Amino acid sequence: MKLAKLAAIAATALTIGAGPAFAELVFPSLSYRTGPYAPNGIPFADGYADYFTLINERDGGIEGNKIKLVECETGYNTEKGVECYESTKGEGSLVYQPLSTGITYQLIPKATADGIAIHSMGYGRTSAANGTIFSNVFNYPGTYWDAASIIIKYIASEEGGDLKGKKIALVYHNSAYGKEPIRTLEELAKKHGYALTLLPVDHPGQEQKATWLQIRRDRPDYVLMWGWGVMNQVAIQEAANIRFPMDHFIGVWWSASENDTIPAGEGANGYKAVTFHGVGSDFPIYADLKKHVYDAGKAAGAGDQAGTVLYNRGMVAAMWAVEAARTAMKIHNTKDITPAMMRDGMEALDVPESRLAELGLPNFTVPVKVSCANHGGPGLGMIQQWDAAAKKWSIITDLISADREVVDALIKEDSEAYAKENNITPRTCN
Amino acid sequence: MLYREAGDFKTSYRADQQTFPIRSERILFWAFIVAAFAVVPFFINDYWEKSVLIPFLVWSMAALGLNILVGYCGQVSLGTGGFMAVGAYAAYKLMTAFPEMNILLVIVLSGGVTAVVGMAFGLPSLRIKGFYLAVATLAAQFFLVWVFNKFPWFYNYSASGQITAPERLLFGVPVTGPNSPPWATYLVALTVVFVFAWIGKNLTRGRIGRQWMAIRDMDIAAEIIGVEPLRAKISAFAVSSFYIGIAGAMYFTIWFGAVEPTEAFGINQSFRALFMVIIGGLGSILGSFLGAGFLVLLPVLLKNLMVGQLGWATDIASHFEIMIVGALIIFFLIVEPHGLAQLWRLTKEKLRLWPFPH
Repeated sequence: MKLAKLAAIAATALTIGAGPAFAELVFPSLSYRTGPYAPNGIPFADGYADYFTLINERDGGIEGNKIKLVECETGYNTEKGVECYESTKGEGSLVYQPLSTGITYQLIPKATADGIAIHSMGYGRTSAANGTIFSNVFNYPGTYWDAASIIIKYIASEEGGDLKGKKIALVYHNSAYGKEPIRTLEELAKKHGYALTLLPVDHPGQEQKATWLQIRRDRPDYVLMWGWGVMNQVAIQEAANIRFPMDHFIGVWWSASENDTIPAGEGANGYKAVTFHGVGSDFPIYADLKKHVYDAGKAAGAGDQAGTVLYNRGMVAAMWAVEAARTAMKIHNTKDITPAMMRDGMEALDVPESRLAELGLPNFTVPVKVSCANHGGPGLGMIQQWDAAAKKWSIITDLISADREVVDALIKEDSEAYAKENNITPRTCN
Repeated sequence: MLYREAGDFKTSYRADQQTFPIRSERILFWAFIVAAFAVVPFFINDYWEKSVLIPFLVWSMAALGLNILVGYCGQVSLGTGGFMAVGAYAAYKLMTAFPEMNILLVIVLSGGVTAVVGMAFGLPSLRIKGFYLAVATLAAQFFLVWVFNKFPWFYNYSASGQITAPERLLFGVPVTGPNSPPWATYLVALTVVFVFAWIGKNLTRGRIGRQWMAIRDMDIAAEIIGVEPLRAKISAFAVSSFYIGIAGAMYFTIWFGAVEPTEAFGINQSFRALFMVIIGGLGSILGSFLGAGFLVLLPVLLKNLMVGQLGWATDIASHFEIMIVGALIIFFLIVEPHGLAQLWRLTKEKLRLWPFPH
């Protein structure tokens, strides 16, 4: 729009007038604070924003170069997401984190053509983990297929290693997001000999009576869930209503927040989910956040989300983005990085446990090392369980690794099909 | 002053019955078209293309199709989203099955496939009317989206159920996929919409259109004077679905490049198209464009105003946007129940007499 352009010109005029040594680092945040997915979108967006604010306030930006966060409301809607992408990409946006599998699918070809990186952290297109074909898309630290495999592995360990004859049901959001794990679960069913039932739930997922009636009739041994937004709460409530044993109900990391479990009250006790980062606010970084962000009145949104699962996830996403920007600065020896440099930084990202401790996040998340060929990260996860009395999640396992043999083969197959469909010649990585 | 009719004499029936009988209006129209074809492509960028002009054109096409059915033939339909999905999936299957096929042919053939499906779902209209027909077409909406979710053949067995448009060239320039220049996709969409709006306008002015309007105004009387309800209603469903299918095909190929059925073609889209037709003006080609413009462009404008100019928080702006658009819809429906097209018609009548109304 003309207005947007005028605003952009005015903004550039202002920054030129202020005369900073470097251009600001622009990080767009495609958030959703409205609509049926807002309960999940708000904490993530707040965590994402607060971490950047902390870096600006405490360190004066990344290596002294200030961060500018540009927020754009998508409402989890693909149409609006594309509008957000088009309106923000001209401002020098370094990396997009759309927090929506649908929007990610839209942006994969567009952003690749525009030379901008996408970090679909634990969502989006799983086969984008193959960096030789998806040069600009990253989904570290893990993919949906890793998550599916981790959950199955966990169930197997609970069942003493044998899943033969067991019945597992998947309750999923009937969209690209929810359908992602199906192929892996089918492949794993062949390997482990369990029977898989697929139960789709249509957007937005408020109506699940029929689904849970079927579960009540079929009596599966385990129920897995790939849900988002209001669908999670409803599913957990329905599961509690039919008295399904909650510790046999396991969600993906997007069905694993306080918003999902609290509405079901006592009934949600024992619900499990896979995750890739720590829970709660018991980390040194929260002292800094309190001092520089919360007490200074600079918290994003209503400022009431600190320490929740999705807040922490927004924070870990921002942390990896900042570290990638740092890496990019080191590689290209400049503080004024471009989107192309940011991509190189993400590809060379290495955040081991020692670095996490330096950042005030000891044992917070899995160590990530990205490479040219592997954009999917280590594919590690933990299982967390809900304690309804204490209203708290707690981590109950060590890191579990995905079944690489199955997942890697699927990633190879799917990414090669994509390359063939779109005439992409895979890069060579050395 | 805008419409000077002095000296504008009609000497033949042909001149008297043309689409734009007033000369100044003709000039205005052609100037607008020339600007759209010859000026805009030089200034268009990605943002204008993907967020303003292509959405406007695609939705205009859908509203045009629905207006033929609802506005001209009086058959209420809530199946627009489903029919758009048919167009999109037909385009996808054609593009992947025949990679050599010209993209324009793909778009038109997708419209043809949708016309056949639309005719099938139009059959109940022979027996049921009004709200009951709306419910029957609602069934089409849910059934079609369910079909595209359920049977993997439609999405070529991809893991996520998404369909992705491969790159296609037109005169050596890519018009689908991420590498297509904004002016190319814009011109393709504009050409398709221009041609079919032209055909639509003339269809509604001719014999078939008059049959539709006769059925709309009173089907029994129409039948008595010799209009065959079967042919009129089914042809309205066919033409309407053809247009909507083309809109769906463009939505998928030119605009997004990747869609999944539940979100892209859900019931919301059906309502959106219906609102466009009602707000724009039932039974008006111009109204379809005005309605689409109102519902597509206004939210984008409001967003840019509130977030870009005033710097409001995105969630507050988004809530305000919903409220303002809603309030404006109610306002327009109260002030002018016949839609924006009627407002334009009244303005035109006033302008023809201005500045000497007596």
